[in-house]
Amino acid sequence: MSNKSLYGEQIIYLSKHPKNFRPIENARYICEGANPLCGDRVTVYVNVGDDETLEDVAFQGSGCAICMASASMMTTSVKGKKRAEAEQLFDEFHRLVKGELDPAREENRLGKLTMFENVSHYPVRVKCASLPWHALHNALENKGVASTE
Amino acid sequence: MTAQAALATPSTLDAAALRADFPTLRRVINGRPLVYLDSAATSQKPQVVIDRMNQFYAEEYSTVRRSIHLLSAKATQAYEDARRTAAQLLNAPETRQIIFTKGTTEAINLVAHSYGRKFVGEGDEIIISATEHHANIVPWQMLCEEKGAHLRVIPVDDRGELILEAYEKLLTNRTKLVAVGHVSNALGTIHPVEDIIRLARAQGVPVLVDGAQAAPHMPVDVQALDCDFYAFSGHKACGPTGIGILYGKAEWLERMTPFLGGGDMIETVTFEKTTYAPIPHKFEAGTPAIAEAIGLGTALEYLRNIGLAAIAAYERELLDQATARLEAIPGVKIVGAARRKAAIISFTVDGIHPHDIGTLLDQEGVAIRAGHHCAQPVMARYGVPATARASFAFYNLPSEIEALGAAVEKAIAVFAV
Repeated sequence: MSNKSLYGEQIIYLSKHPKNFRPIENARYICEGANPLCGDRVTVYVNVGDDETLEDVAFQGSGCAICMASASMMTTSVKGKKRAEAEQLFDEFHRLVKGELDPAREENRLGKLTMFENVSHYPVRVKCASLPWHALHNALENKGVASTE
Repeated sequence: MTAQAALATPSTLDAAALRADFPTLRRVINGRPLVYLDSAATSQKPQVVIDRMNQFYAEEYSTVRRSIHLLSAKATQAYEDARRTAAQLLNAPETRQIIFTKGTTEAINLVAHSYGRKFVGEGDEIIISATEHHANIVPWQMLCEEKGAHLRVIPVDDRGELILEAYEKLLTNRTKLVAVGHVSNALGTIHPVEDIIRLARAQGVPVLVDGAQAAPHMPVDVQALDCDFYAFSGHKACGPTGIGILYGKAEWLERMTPFLGGGDMIETVTFEKTTYAPIPHKFEAGTPAIAEAIGLGTALEYLRNIGLAAIAAYERELLDQATARLEAIPGVKIVGAARRKAAIISFTVDGIHPHDIGTLLDQEGVAIRAGHHCAQPVMARYGVPATARASFAFYNLPSEIEALGAAVEKAIAVFAV
């Protein structure tokens, strides 16, 4: 595989064994994200504390490996962060997968999320990686649905 | 000797020689020779089509049926020659029964609008099948909603074959039209359109056949079929985008209302009343896709010179080989096992989403389609969100089937971590 490969071992592993793949009973925010063109579906559940901390984030759904691994990594990345920090991470992640943020040159808080860096070489797959984040964003905005189309 | 001249009988179609006619097939993708297995989405173009359109634009360009100068007369002749070629390909009784459209989608919408507006009313029924492309579902749903009519759907069995006993029960005196695909784009099933038409005919019901996946791959004779409408797209038949064909029986076309109003579709216009041009021009408002029509004519001649029977026989061999190759890979499941099948294989791989298969195959230079193939009800019927689909044309080689099989095996290995 070339070094621009989309499928790192971590991504494939997480797609098969996603973290936080569960519903949250009585979640404060829920959003169902869908990509109608490819059929990917991700429902994101979020509980936010009084101090704006994302106390629990989980997801359920079905989709390609990129989408599932991205959803898994998203939940572990934003859990325990403040709402504003999560939104900032979404912005950085979105720019990363669109090729607008080079983690080697620009200061960022992406951490392990940089495993999705090579998505930027596959423009048709950007929406796979960003769908869970759109769903999280809309959940926090209290919108029930998100679409990447 | 040109590649075309090297051809003879069905068993001797020389795909390797024909490939030389297609410049795109010489491309290298991700460091590997392109293996193009997405012809059901759109076919590649032979040099003769590209050259003919370039020549028209560079040396012959003018409008059709409007101006009296020489170039316009020549352009009109070339445009009408293309119509004649399409009529011959389908064995239409008369050239005026061939209408140029933007493609299959527009052809079906034309019938839904011009036949549907006039002949379908409240409580009437239109029959489609469970395997239709969205292009042969949505126009009828829109018509039914507008008219208070109802859509009835011929069910499909687990193999991907339509259940004709159920179809017979759906045909009633409320049925105003049957609209079915000739070949399913998602499953590859060749539907028994002969039986479907015969049963409808017995009830006096007209039939539209969506031939987008059939006309480029097998002989089609609209008189032998006795269908009322037959539609296909140029871009799937080695021709350009933006052009397609609707064949219709003259008795319907003459009674149908126009589709679009405008220039070229009229006889006389006053502010009080307009009388329409005779068919086919009644249905061709505005300056048409002239270069595309001429390019399509060249494409259809190209296919006819190879021979549609030869193409069908060769593609059948490819289908059998590819089916055997994929079935031999553990974890691969083929969706659609009809006894009569075109060279389209929808498949899934255990534990790997079709989009991931699509990307991993692309890295090997193998171009397939992954998704719902504009046939979401088919995906729902077989309980899959999407499939990977390899589709073949006469320019594909057995070595490309091996490349497909090897790429699928490699994808499985990548996901075996």
